[in-house]
Amino acid sequence: MTTMAETMDYDEVVARFDPVLGLEVHVELSTATKMFCGCATTFGAEPNTQVCPTCLGLPGSLPVVNGAAVESAIRIGLALNCDISPWCRFARKNYFYPDMPKNFQTSQYDEPIAFEGWMDVELADGDTVRVGIERAHMEEDTGKSLHVGGADGRIHGASHSLLDYNRAGVPLIEIVTKPIEGVGDRAPEVARAYVTALRDLLRALQVSDVRMDQGSLRCDANVSLRPVGTTEFGTRTETKNVNSLRSVERAVRYEMTRQAAVLAGGGEIVQETRHFDEGSQTTSAGRRKETAEDYRYFPEPDLVPIAPSADWVARLRETLPEKPAELRKRIQQEWQLSDAELRDLLNAGAVEVIAATVQAGATPDEARSWWVSYLAQQANTRGVELAELPIGPAQVAKVIALVNAGELTNKLAREVIDGVLAGEGEPAEVVAARGLAVVSDDSALTAAVDEALAAQPDVADKIRAGKVQAAGAIVGAVMKATKGQADAKRVRELILERCS
Amino acid sequence: MTEPTDSAALTRLTAAELAARIHAGEISAERVTQAHLNRISEVDGAVHAFLHVDTEGALDAARAVDAELAAGKQPRSALAGVPLALKDVFTTNGVPTTCGSRILDGWIPPYDATVTRKLREAGVVILGKANMDEFAMGSSTENSAFGPTRNPWDHDRIPGGSGGGSAASLAAFEAPLAVGTDTGGSIRQPAAVTGTVGVKPTYGGVSRYGLVAFSSSLDQGGPCARTVLDAALLHEVIGGHDPLDSTSIDAAVPPVVAAARQGADGDLRGVRVGVVTEFAGEGYQPGVLSSFHAAVETLRGLGAEVVEVSCPNFEHALPAYYLINPSEASSNLARFDAMRYGLRVGENGASAEEVMSATREAGFGAEVKRRIMLGTFALSSGYYDAYYGQAQKVRTLVSRDFAAAFERVDVLVSPTTPTTAFPIGERVDDPMAMYRADLCTVPVNLAGNAAISVPSGLSDEDGLPVGLQVMAPAMADERMYRVGAAFEAARDAAQGGSLVLGCPSVPGTVEPQGSGA
Ligand SMILES: [Zn+2]
Repeated sequence: MTTMAETMDYDEVVARFDPVLGLEVHVELSTATKMFCGCATTFGAEPNTQVCPTCLGLPGSLPVVNGAAVESAIRIGLALNCDISPWCRFARKNYFYPDMPKNFQTSQYDEPIAFEGWMDVELADGDTVRVGIERAHMEEDTGKSLHVGGADGRIHGASHSLLDYNRAGVPLIEIVTKPIEGVGDRAPEVARAYVTALRDLLRALQVSDVRMDQGSLRCDANVSLRPVGTTEFGTRTETKNVNSLRSVERAVRYEMTRQAAVLAGGGEIVQETRHFDEGSQTTSAGRRKETAEDYRYFPEPDLVPIAPSADWVARLRETLPEKPAELRKRIQQEWQLSDAELRDLLNAGAVEVIAATVQAGATPDEARSWWVSYLAQQANTRGVELAELPIGPAQVAKVIALVNAGELTNKLAREVIDGVLAGEGEPAEVVAARGLAVVSDDSALTAAVDEALAAQPDVADKIRAGKVQAAGAIVGAVMKATKGQADAKRVRELILERCS
Repeated sequence: MTEPTDSAALTRLTAAELAARIHAGEISAERVTQAHLNRISEVDGAVHAFLHVDTEGALDAARAVDAELAAGKQPRSALAGVPLALKDVFTTNGVPTTCGSRILDGWIPPYDATVTRKLREAGVVILGKANMDEFAMGSSTENSAFGPTRNPWDHDRIPGGSGGGSAASLAAFEAPLAVGTDTGGSIRQPAAVTGTVGVKPTYGGVSRYGLVAFSSSLDQGGPCARTVLDAALLHEVIGGHDPLDSTSIDAAVPPVVAAARQGADGDLRGVRVGVVTEFAGEGYQPGVLSSFHAAVETLRGLGAEVVEVSCPNFEHALPAYYLINPSEASSNLARFDAMRYGLRVGENGASAEEVMSATREAGFGAEVKRRIMLGTFALSSGYYDAYYGQAQKVRTLVSRDFAAAFERVDVLVSPTTPTTAFPIGERVDDPMAMYRADLCTVPVNLAGNAAISVPSGLSDEDGLPVGLQVMAPAMADERMYRVGAAFEAARDAAQGGSLVLGCPSVPGTVEPQGSGA
């Protein structure tokens, strides 16, 4: 029996303590190639197939900066209202770990490309919190370790580890907030809202897939408590492995209740990295930081400084998408939504994905109908937000285009979406693999034909009596029903078949 | 001049002479290559300039050149068909690359360094990989994990370092050309003590892609040869912009071959030569200084205007150099952890951390460990500003000294190294004495400009070679080639031939002396 509660009741926590948050978000950029070499960055490829001497850190290899990644970094910085450094360098962060091929990470240290920014974050009730941005810097991702033989893939108890360097060298932007103070009991909500807003912004910038489930957006949550009415920061913990928006909120909330219990019991918070467990929704101690790790940063001598010209920065500023608040205002007008309807879409997290689907070529009505019905059901079943579904606006727009082209019926389109959600690839790949194209599927057309025949029984009778030319009227009806995209010749054949 | 007919005599020719005969169809590249392979099998047991001899690869490359010439094609380059020793710090696809270290024992690179690729594309025949101090850390080649290289002038003495294998292969007539790397003098000091020519090009002039990094901001590949013209010909083959190296200069290779030919005319009128006053006095062997002073008089005799120039910050260059290179090395060498390639030491069932630790303990030599520890310390928080940061400031001051000097003169001159070749073993337990061998060469690496070492004569005390260093501003490498070639022509004319032809191990002259022969 424990004598002391492991967590404190949340209401008591916020009555006694004032939380301070710091959020570090790592974003994998969706550039075609890695940060410092020409290797592809496709997610989910066979292990160690997207590697070269540079990203494997082979002796003699050298890095060359990916200009597209610098461009993305600057655009992110601008969108976060940051200053862009006119001259900055990469730095080496030295530490040993097997998934890091060079045993140093090429990152940025005291000269980040973007710094001193802010982002306004809207909460569910419409309140806005301004989150200060300390910096956004460029770095490379590490490889991935797969620990075999231990419990739940963690290194403890593992018999051996497998290393996949496909991810090594993928461009990352690390975005660090200033301490978020004074939000009190709303801290967990603010944390989630910040990551959500950041994700939406990054998606609108089209710089990343921002998929928390695949690790292209990762959040580390720093949490500390101080007694209400005091100003000095308490000792913080850093919680990792927070893989969904919901988890961001829960991890912060759990840490608050855990730390409060420790402090109330006269204990001290240990500065450490903690691991969020999705199953139990709790955090557990990970690597302990007894002494601050000394990364021995120094300027990367293999790279020349990055010096974005004012002109280039100005041109990149022109490419920024409209700010989320402006987007919402515009969309409300264009889609003629009432405040309540807009609020529903916002709460469903549907505005940005619908807008992005429209941008990818769908009409607002088409995009809305898919996201608020079928896809909303799927998200609900999976317990995730729309944006966290493993299907993106571009893919949904593609499905809609296939429907409009007559290659898919709505029913088939749902199957295609199921396939994409199941990880079977792009819509076209699912269509091919599952054999879903309308051309090879007469049942949909047959159904349309039967419907048309049933709607015009007199015409049907004429055809059955041998007046083949009467079929034209039915063809017209089917074509209308299929928005003119069906194959008229095949429709005519089917009509004659059904009437024979 | 009598035409060389036998295999041994072929190895006495310069690269330019060999290329002329091969391209004229007088002799095949294969025969030239075979002659050098024969020479290697005769003398390398004693000299140990090579860590790996790629007999088949070399002969295949030579035959390819012969086939192209037989088909009436133009030679691929001015050096097509000429053999070369490649320092074992450049990666070679399919051929072992060890950097003189146990930790890379057995590693076969899957890719060519840019220098290697350029050599192959130029039809230069790579005979094999030259011995070196482990990871290029050293001034004697005694730090090679695979045993020292011996100086062909005296087998009991060091051939310089880190590129002792490259220089010794030239002085022992095992190769007419070699490629080295120069981080603090590793091309020039071996050239000086072996009576050969060595060039550290402007930083960024020769690609570092595939050059296994020791100290990234200082490392520079460059040509080694027995004549200034040969060095220039090789410089133009390996130099030039490389998009795979971000620090590579995006400009044409300076016109070094033309400058070497111009210099050979022996007219230095209008050229201003500055003598660095700081490089003299205590610690300098008298015979080295007298050879240097005689060289300065020779330059004056060729019409050069000679003045004294003070570079007061050069005296801080050596300590700054020995903070910057270990710092960068401590990071560059972190990748040797047994996880992906090379040596792996550790019991089955050991953790990754234990394997890393055991492998690095077993795989690195004492000097490498010393520098990793020094560099780790110099970069650690709380010490960074006092050590690494301060060293970077000295670097800026050294660059300013050069800039000020080059306002007044076209080139600077000094002895290449304070002493002649010292006996093997003499300085192994005294790192500070070893480091002093780099005294005159490190300022150029810190500032990133160019320098050449040309044989100036033999020291009075010991009859061993002395080098004259000529330093030029960044991307004005042609200046030092002109001055170096003019000096070389004058010296050779006065002495009746090239200094290195007097090396005791030259074929047909004196048999190699000393132990190991
Ligand atoms: Zn790569």
